[in-house]
Amino acid sequence: MTEAIVEVKGIGKTYDNGVEALRDVNLSFPKGQLSTLLGPSGCGKTTLLKIIAGLIPRNAGEVLVKGKPVEGPGAERAFVFQDFALLPWADVLRNVAFGLELRGTPRPEREEVARKYIAEVGLKGFEHRYPAQLSGGMRQRVGLARALTVDADIILMDEPFSSVDEQTRRKFQEDLLDLLRHHQKTVIFVTHSIEEAAYLSDQIALLSPRPGRVSKIVRPNVDHSRSPDEIRRDRGYLDTVDEIWGMLRQYV
Amino acid sequence: MRRWQLASFALFFGLWELAGRWPVSPAFPPFSHTAVGLWQMIADGSLGKAYLITAQPLLLGIVLCAIAGIAFGIGMGLSRSIEWLSLPVFIILQAAPMAAIIPLLTYMYGIGLTSKVLAVIMLAAPVIVMNSYKGIRNTPPSLLQMCRSFRGTRAQEVLKIVLPHAAALIFTGLRLGLAMGFIGIVIAELLITPTGIGDLISYHSSTADYPKMFATIASIVAVAAISLHLLQRLELRLFPRD
Amino acid sequence: MKTLLSLVVWFVLWEIAGRLKLSTIVPPFSAVIEAGIEIAPTERFAKAAIITLRSFGLGMGLALAVGIPLGVVMARVKGVGRLLGMWVNIFVSAPISALVPILMAVVGIGETTVVVTVFLFAVFVITLDTQVGITHADRSLVEMARSFGASRRQLYSKVLLLSALPEILAGVRLGAIRGVKGVVIGQLLVAIIGVGELFEVYSNNFLMEEFWALVVIVFLFAFAVSEAIAALERRVEYYAASR
Repeated sequence: MTEAIVEVKGIGKTYDNGVEALRDVNLSFPKGQLSTLLGPSGCGKTTLLKIIAGLIPRNAGEVLVKGKPVEGPGAERAFVFQDFALLPWADVLRNVAFGLELRGTPRPEREEVARKYIAEVGLKGFEHRYPAQLSGGMRQRVGLARALTVDADIILMDEPFSSVDEQTRRKFQEDLLDLLRHHQKTVIFVTHSIEEAAYLSDQIALLSPRPGRVSKIVRPNVDHSRSPDEIRRDRGYLDTVDEIWGMLRQYV
Repeated sequence: MRRWQLASFALFFGLWELAGRWPVSPAFPPFSHTAVGLWQMIADGSLGKAYLITAQPLLLGIVLCAIAGIAFGIGMGLSRSIEWLSLPVFIILQAAPMAAIIPLLTYMYGIGLTSKVLAVIMLAAPVIVMNSYKGIRNTPPSLLQMCRSFRGTRAQEVLKIVLPHAAALIFTGLRLGLAMGFIGIVIAELLITPTGIGDLISYHSSTADYPKMFATIASIVAVAAISLHLLQRLELRLFPRD
Repeated sequence: MKTLLSLVVWFVLWEIAGRLKLSTIVPPFSAVIEAGIEIAPTERFAKAAIITLRSFGLGMGLALAVGIPLGVVMARVKGVGRLLGMWVNIFVSAPISALVPILMAVVGIGETTVVVTVFLFAVFVITLDTQVGITHADRSLVEMARSFGASRRQLYSKVLLLSALPEILAGVRLGAIRGVKGVVIGQLLVAIIGVGELFEVYSNNFLMEEFWALVVIVFLFAFAVSEAIAALERRVEYYAASR
């Protein structure tokens, strides 16, 4: 059994308006694997992700990273935003290097690292374009490159592909898996798409809404050595999707 | 909401009181003296009379300006040729310090009501016209296309879509126009011959009755603020923002 | 180009109206231009211009130095925003010229009063627009910067101020236009310095050509200042829309 690099224990969160978003959430995320938080709207999955990221405070429980409790954001965790969160006045190169810029890494050094990841996400040649000139898919690649550039062990992704079209989304999913094969990262992923979760994940935590709780953990039976198109027709994949849908159906 | 407002007022008047008691200038009365002066002027009717005089050119000017300004703004919005001719002029007029021309009005129209009404019109017109114009021009293209797709005529387009949509900005223009009108009438009454409020200010200034002078000034600022605030609430009621 | 053509039409109309002597106070456009060329290089005009520019510059400088930081504080510190918000809103649309007699009584008749007038005319809209800009700064960007460990100082310098820059510049432009009005009104009311004095002199002596020439010069100045800041605004336009 792979050791857990991130653990959440007894997490609870209530908003200012009294709504209980999360109640007693316990999960462990194995190192080097892609774990997904899946559930319908209002189940608190983004809230949980941001609590793990240290971006919003929790009311109960603790978050352990590599065995140690954490409070705020940290160098070992990098966040990829749903709406990309790119600096609109900065070009791609500066955006990707932004995490290192905030740490005070000298410019030549941080630009060198940034260029490497810009090429890895397939945006070579676009270093000096501005976000307004990029499509949604390209903007999210910038967001991903930025998260990779800071060399965090854990990447947190908040519905990263929901703002792009379906075709781009599929390509993204495939490219993401390719990328992760090269870099030993742990990914915690939030989505509301069952297919996406089944395709990408080593482990899926199903969250039920109001208040958010873990209802089940599913380990998809998907053979990732096959081609993407074959996977999407594979028995194991389709069975997983059906199984999850059966469990989530009651909440719609 | 209420508590913050009260605290805000208390802070302002408190500071005013302290500043007035500081022996920096004899001409700066504390809040309490000003309040007394205000009460005295209300009681002896001088404030009321002054407002009656000042209100005439202000209201007259705003009403004339509204009718003509809105009409012209709509014309500018609907007709490209009128827009071409007038837009640059109004853009300049909005940025221009029109106050410089006000003394000139006295030569043409003397020191009476006409000059003051013109002063109000000169200052309020640009913003009323520009807002009406923008209201017409900013009609969402999709609504116009929708009308056309249901084979509406140009007249229907204007009456049923353009004008109702523009109504919100037109109202905003009126509100801003009133603000400019207050500015215009104050400048006119200070620069041309003092009447009404301007007269009270000048008189109490020359007799060094600073509490009453301050009180008059505070009252006109308050009247402007309150009437604009009420207009804004009306505006939000009539044209709720989503 | 079309704009220029439209203005030319107006100048021609002005010329005609002047020659036809339609109004005693409106001389032909050409005469106004002539007068303008005559007075511009004179020492008297230069002195007036310098005083006016100095008051304008000082007043605007103060307005920026107070208005922008105040707007930032009002946006970021809830209490300050609520306490001062009402007053800023009142004074943004209030007839500030009504306060000039107070300044004259307390500060005296002179340049200081004019500087304070410019300050009062400009500062409120600058504060308000800065506050709006910072308040509406993209929350997502702030969160993103925090997620990458930005310090407070970095948050302000690298994200907030840049994100709010379009609104701040818009406020500065409006403030500058009001500042020009302020310097003119201030000098007209004080009546003994700068271009205000010149206006007084020309109109009292019925030197209409000179008067209108001065009007055109002052209007051009207001326009130039406004356009200069608008140029700055255009430079940040490329990202203003995609925020």
